[in-house]
Amino acid sequence: MLVPKLLRNLISRPLTDAPPAPTPPEIVAELRARLDEASQARLGRSLAIRQVDAGSCNGCELEINALQNVAHDLERFGLRFVASPRHADILLVTGPLTRNMAEALTRARAATPEPCWVVALGDCAVDGGVFRGSYAVLGGVEAAVPVDMLIPGCPPAPEQILEGLLALMEANA
Amino acid sequence: MTARSVIEAGQRAGCTPWARYLLDARRWAALAPSPGFSLLALWGEAGVAHAAFLDETRMEVLLASVAAEEGRIPALSPFWPGAALFERVLRDLWGIEAVGGTDQRPFLDHGRWPLLAPLSARPPAHSPNPPPMEFLPATGDGVHIIPVGPIHAGVIEPGHFRFHIQGEIIVRLEVRLGYTHKGTLSLMQGKPPRAAARFAARLSGDSTVAHSLAFARAAEAAFGVEAPPRALALRVAMLELERLHNHLNDLGFIANDAAFAAIHARCGWLREGLLRAQAEAFGHRLMMDRVLPGGVAQDVSAGGIEAILTALTAMAAELPEVLQIYDRHASLQDRVAGTGMMDARLVAAFAPGGVVGRAAGRGFDARLLTGDLAPRALITQQGADVDARGRQRHAEALQSIEFLQALLPALPPALPDGELTVALPARGGEGIALVEGFRGECLAWMRLDGAGGIEACMLRDPSWLHWPLLEAAVIGNIVADFPLINKSINGSYSGVDL
Repeated sequence: MLVPKLLRNLISRPLTDAPPAPTPPEIVAELRARLDEASQARLGRSLAIRQVDAGSCNGCELEINALQNVAHDLERFGLRFVASPRHADILLVTGPLTRNMAEALTRARAATPEPCWVVALGDCAVDGGVFRGSYAVLGGVEAAVPVDMLIPGCPPAPEQILEGLLALMEANA
Repeated sequence: MTARSVIEAGQRAGCTPWARYLLDARRWAALAPSPGFSLLALWGEAGVAHAAFLDETRMEVLLASVAAEEGRIPALSPFWPGAALFERVLRDLWGIEAVGGTDQRPFLDHGRWPLLAPLSARPPAHSPNPPPMEFLPATGDGVHIIPVGPIHAGVIEPGHFRFHIQGEIIVRLEVRLGYTHKGTLSLMQGKPPRAAARFAARLSGDSTVAHSLAFARAAEAAFGVEAPPRALALRVAMLELERLHNHLNDLGFIANDAAFAAIHARCGWLREGLLRAQAEAFGHRLMMDRVLPGGVAQDVSAGGIEAILTALTAMAAELPEVLQIYDRHASLQDRVAGTGMMDARLVAAFAPGGVVGRAAGRGFDARLLTGDLAPRALITQQGADVDARGRQRHAEALQSIEFLQALLPALPPALPDGELTVALPARGGEGIALVEGFRGECLAWMRLDGAGGIEACMLRDPSWLHWPLLEAAVIGNIVADFPLINKSINGSYSGVDL
């Protein structure tokens, strides 16, 4: 059952989408300027991402997971998710930063080797979103760790996340 | 005396469509389980505790309340094991102590908020000082502990899992949540339902339609209004679409956790096709903020129905093949069959909703209450293991495709004025609704003040009853099967964390 399917797939066209349009040069230049301050060494083009949910509703996680499906196939761009912050170059943080997650996020950042970039993903991670002002929420991710890049949206679609991450890679190349 | 007669002997309060009764502490303490009567939820407001029960014989919800004299109520957990988690949160959020409860430890409150009992009448200030968490012990030869989380290895929500292990076998698991507590209920208070709907839409992102719809129906019940017919049909369509994309997601991830990539890839591709069609039809891949109290935010786009039907055709063609592949691979069967079995007595005692309940033979689906699902169309499995929960999802996905293929081409026309929402009056009221999301029944309750603002409310995700059953279902399994069992249940963290 699986074998004929696999054979068929060998000769059929790929399902994967074409890569997004190149990032405008001025955005890359701006990012590069920010990254140069943070980075001590260049990493080449392959980046490891550790995702941290700092209080999200899981909407952002759905779209981050969708980035790994066959249509978006994140790994073809040299971006991959890793299980430990110790293996990561990027912390991809979602959610309004809850008081109950602040310590865990700070510790994850401390466990990530330099150079490390923090990307705040989703409206909540940017500034707390609709949850801003709650007794249980500190605000955006910046309330606990310095942030290098924002990808707004509620949740941002996989294409938008991809554009953001590719811009980061461009700036780093 | 049955629980129903105990409740109905109380003083009737005006909740719609199902009545709420105010009991004295003596009657509340006499609420004992009887067959066909299950606990849906237990929550609070300043100085009062509320419980919602399901009468499965009459297919009705029944609400009971008790005043918390000096902040105390008699506990329900000695008779209703599902009440234990609710009672811990009753104290954490509303400062109401369940006297005689089976578990007195905090759950959502990690000692990090600037105040105690934030939803009580006068929350005392608190200097954040998190005490070490206490876990239930396990003793025996060679028992050791694996602490996991709050940050997990994959792209998932945060929570702490404390495993006690003997060799490779799980002896005990305890789940500690609360890491994504956002104070959602407190943010909803005082707002009119239409402004508060965005919080219901973000209680658990994967169930955004289900919780939004439960919230909308509860608000409409409280106001005594009904949404226009086309809006009602669009909401039902969105609910089934949400069930479908999540069931596909879970089917793929269950296979993925058994390292069977082919099914994961195919389900991911089919789901992506559906999400793109949803974006075209409703302007948002997950259909967030599309369901509002009083109706829907927008009509379906011109080419939207066609796009969805195309995605459904592809899915209907491929899903039977996915099941064949699943059936014909012994390596996969070996991982799922007999893994994470749920004890029938626990299923009876907790009465879990959704796939978890139906895969263990429990014949309940909240769509039965509204007539959206005919009793003869109800699907159940008997296995109560990972395999049964996967098959249940597969069968429900096929059923949702059929519903949608019948519903979408025959949507009722818009009213002459083109309105897809009704105006909400500025008056008081109290309403409750139960909506079958992909995980199970989502409950929404609210009481409105005279100006139509939310005085008190509760959003209850089905996961409240699934997490304790996960703790039980993993016992005796190997640690390596935990991700598989967890994924087959797929509890929401944010949904419970509030």
